[in-house]
Amino acid sequence: MATVIFSSELQRLTGEEKTIVDAGTYRELVDKITTRYKDLERDEIMKMAVAIDGEIIHDPLLESVGDNSEVHFLYRISGG
Amino acid sequence: MSEAREYKYIGQRSIRPDGFDKVTGRANYGADLSLPGMIWGKVLRSPHAHAKITKLDVSRAEQHPGVMAIATYKDFPAVSSEAFEAGEGATDLLDLARNILADGKVLYDGHAICAIAALTEAIADEALSLIDVEYEILPHVMDVRDAMKEDAPLLHDDLFTQGLPEQPDKPSNIAARMELKKGDIDQGFADADVIVEREFYTPTIHQGYIEPHACTVRYEEKGTSMVWCCTQGHFDVRASTAKLLKMDLSKLKVVASEIGGGFGGKTTVYLEPVSLILSRKSGRPVKMVMDREEVFRASGPGSATRNWVKIGAKKDGTFTAMQARLCYEAGAFKGSPMGPGCMTVFTPYDIENAYVEGFDVVVNKPKVAAYRAPGAPQAEFAAEMVINEIARELGIDPIDIRLKNAAREGTQTLYGPKLKAVGLIECLEACKNSDHYKAALKDNQGRGVAAGFWFNIGGQSSVTINMNPDGTATLVEGSPDIGGSRASMQLMAAEELQIPADKITPIVADTEVLAYNGTTGGSRTTFATGMAVIEAAQDVIRQMKERAAAVWNVTAEQVDWVDGTAVNTAGEGRLTAVEICAGADRTGGQITGRGNINARGAGPSFAVHIADIEVDRDTGRTRVIRYTACQDAGKAIHPSYVEGQYQGGAVQGIGWALNEEYIYSKDGILENPGFLDYRIPLASDLPMIDALIVEVPNAFHPFGVRGVGETGIVPPLAAVGTAVANAAGITVTELPLSPPRVLKAMQSSSR
Repeated sequence: MATVIFSSELQRLTGEEKTIVDAGTYRELVDKITTRYKDLERDEIMKMAVAIDGEIIHDPLLESVGDNSEVHFLYRISGG
Repeated sequence: MSEAREYKYIGQRSIRPDGFDKVTGRANYGADLSLPGMIWGKVLRSPHAHAKITKLDVSRAEQHPGVMAIATYKDFPAVSSEAFEAGEGATDLLDLARNILADGKVLYDGHAICAIAALTEAIADEALSLIDVEYEILPHVMDVRDAMKEDAPLLHDDLFTQGLPEQPDKPSNIAARMELKKGDIDQGFADADVIVEREFYTPTIHQGYIEPHACTVRYEEKGTSMVWCCTQGHFDVRASTAKLLKMDLSKLKVVASEIGGGFGGKTTVYLEPVSLILSRKSGRPVKMVMDREEVFRASGPGSATRNWVKIGAKKDGTFTAMQARLCYEAGAFKGSPMGPGCMTVFTPYDIENAYVEGFDVVVNKPKVAAYRAPGAPQAEFAAEMVINEIARELGIDPIDIRLKNAAREGTQTLYGPKLKAVGLIECLEACKNSDHYKAALKDNQGRGVAAGFWFNIGGQSSVTINMNPDGTATLVEGSPDIGGSRASMQLMAAEELQIPADKITPIVADTEVLAYNGTTGGSRTTFATGMAVIEAAQDVIRQMKERAAAVWNVTAEQVDWVDGTAVNTAGEGRLTAVEICAGADRTGGQITGRGNINARGAGPSFAVHIADIEVDRDTGRTRVIRYTACQDAGKAIHPSYVEGQYQGGAVQGIGWALNEEYIYSKDGILENPGFLDYRIPLASDLPMIDALIVEVPNAFHPFGVRGVGETGIVPPLAAVGTAVANAAGITVTELPLSPPRVLKAMQSSSR
């Protein structure tokens, strides 16, 4: 079961700081949380980067999620 | 990361492959390409900060015999608001078009209105004066604080603040708000023994690249059009230009010239789409080159900010709460680096209670562009200045207070994830043990210390390695080399292939040769493109082993690759890379290795700087006496170019702290668009910057690499600001610390 921790921005849409999700892949995880929280839009979430166990991934569609993974959604970071 | 090993090539200070061409003048930059039949493009720019264009009549210019084409906003195919990824992150297509050529309204001094292509530069200049423009001048707003007021003049009547709890019903100059929080901020301050809060101002500054924006283009109605330009990302120039002009990507070839500095400022497009329009309309190749004044007035500077920070600490120096309100100027269109500012401001510290609120605000200045660790220097300047003040108040050494609170492996960042192994503590200890930190100061001298953080990114890179019949290799990459990265790619390929580095020639290929490559930015190239190089080299080795196996009639699994040689483990036999390549025609054809990746796992980088500054008490003039830049590189592939990045970042940060600022008149006109009046540090202004390389490997890279290009500009603002404050006995809240500002502060100082 992965733990998904929401930023304060996303907490406005979820109403809670974290949730536990049974998902083996990132795609599955997004499907489950967007079903659970109706105000979370799938398209918006898919535009965000994600940190899975501290590793920041910009295009995570095909990533797997571990049993005890910690998942954070992030704004995509660019740079100069 | 692979297990610790001795490196044969990595870590060498080899001569950069592009060095000879650059020092002998043979290298070709943005303005260096000319084509048969080429004509010249020039841009008419707004003389007002904010105005409605009530009349734009180009008929007199059109009648000039030397004028070949004129482009206005109407020449763009229909463009609508649409977010797309290009270069420096998400960009709004409509904003991009309206920045490149104004659509009925000019939003800053220098805003492009229309462009002319003529037979010569002189005719183009002359013809600009034949364009009749009439304006209805509108009230302008030049400062983020003024722009956020309820009654401020509005730049856009269709801009509504994003990120508010309720959808606003009135337009605003505040494009976006975001917040990050952790723990209980009120309780954190209640637990503090000392609390310091201050508001800081940082001005609009420019990256100060020496080479102006330039391009030469040729539009082909039936075939493939071509753009030659100086850019940090030619694939994203292609993406933006093709999107704006509704072209297929395959019909537009973009060639990256050598680049004379970018630092984030060459991650977007200004001239390229306009020159293609002019080329299409005239049927001729078109060259456009900005002059220095245009670069200052109309390219993308770094964001000005007004940032308030409040920090609470226990008597022993433990931070109990950190709070910030960060207001960033975006320029004329939304999209300042407010987000990364909020995410980086307190990241160097392991803090339980934090709250950050950020605002992205439009003003009547040019649309900002990325500038080395965009958003971080401004935010972390405020935080680090307050930390130094707390250390002084508590009588704690500034390095010790940072060591007590430093982020480390397992620290939960305010922006989300826990940090993996990072090198902040190692940097702090290296600085504390340095000769510099132990050296005594003289009268009128002060010392400042500051830490800095930047994420670094990965992203997409595509590389091929073509093995030649003589066993040498051509390494084809698509990342413009802005800091010696060709040398790093060469060393990483040599390390993996185990063939001498000087037998590998790295080149930066155009958009037709390779699949997509992300822009060189975000300190990604040595990390991400390096990983693609490693993958391509492994592909070459795999094929070399297969070829040797075929010769020996064994399986590829029975062949080892040792010191650039295939070794038959099932019997006798050794074949060098040279021998395998020489016989490649008989074993299946030539050998090419490929690496196409979307790199993840970029390792964040921390830095700590020490600045010693002397102040002339009669004039307020400052002099940098000694400066040390220490940073975690993960693994320094080419130490000289890692040191160069540290030194370059430090120098730009010193300039930001001491001299650099856009100065606008009360009418919103830029008064110092040139290097005489916009003063960047020269070699003669500064001592040698001492560079200390710390190596805490990034677990996600085969060699442990972290990006190093950006973090080095983060600490100097507060290191220098604190040193000046200590030397002059003043409180510093505004940059730059130019002599008049320092003198005035000394005269009124009560510190």
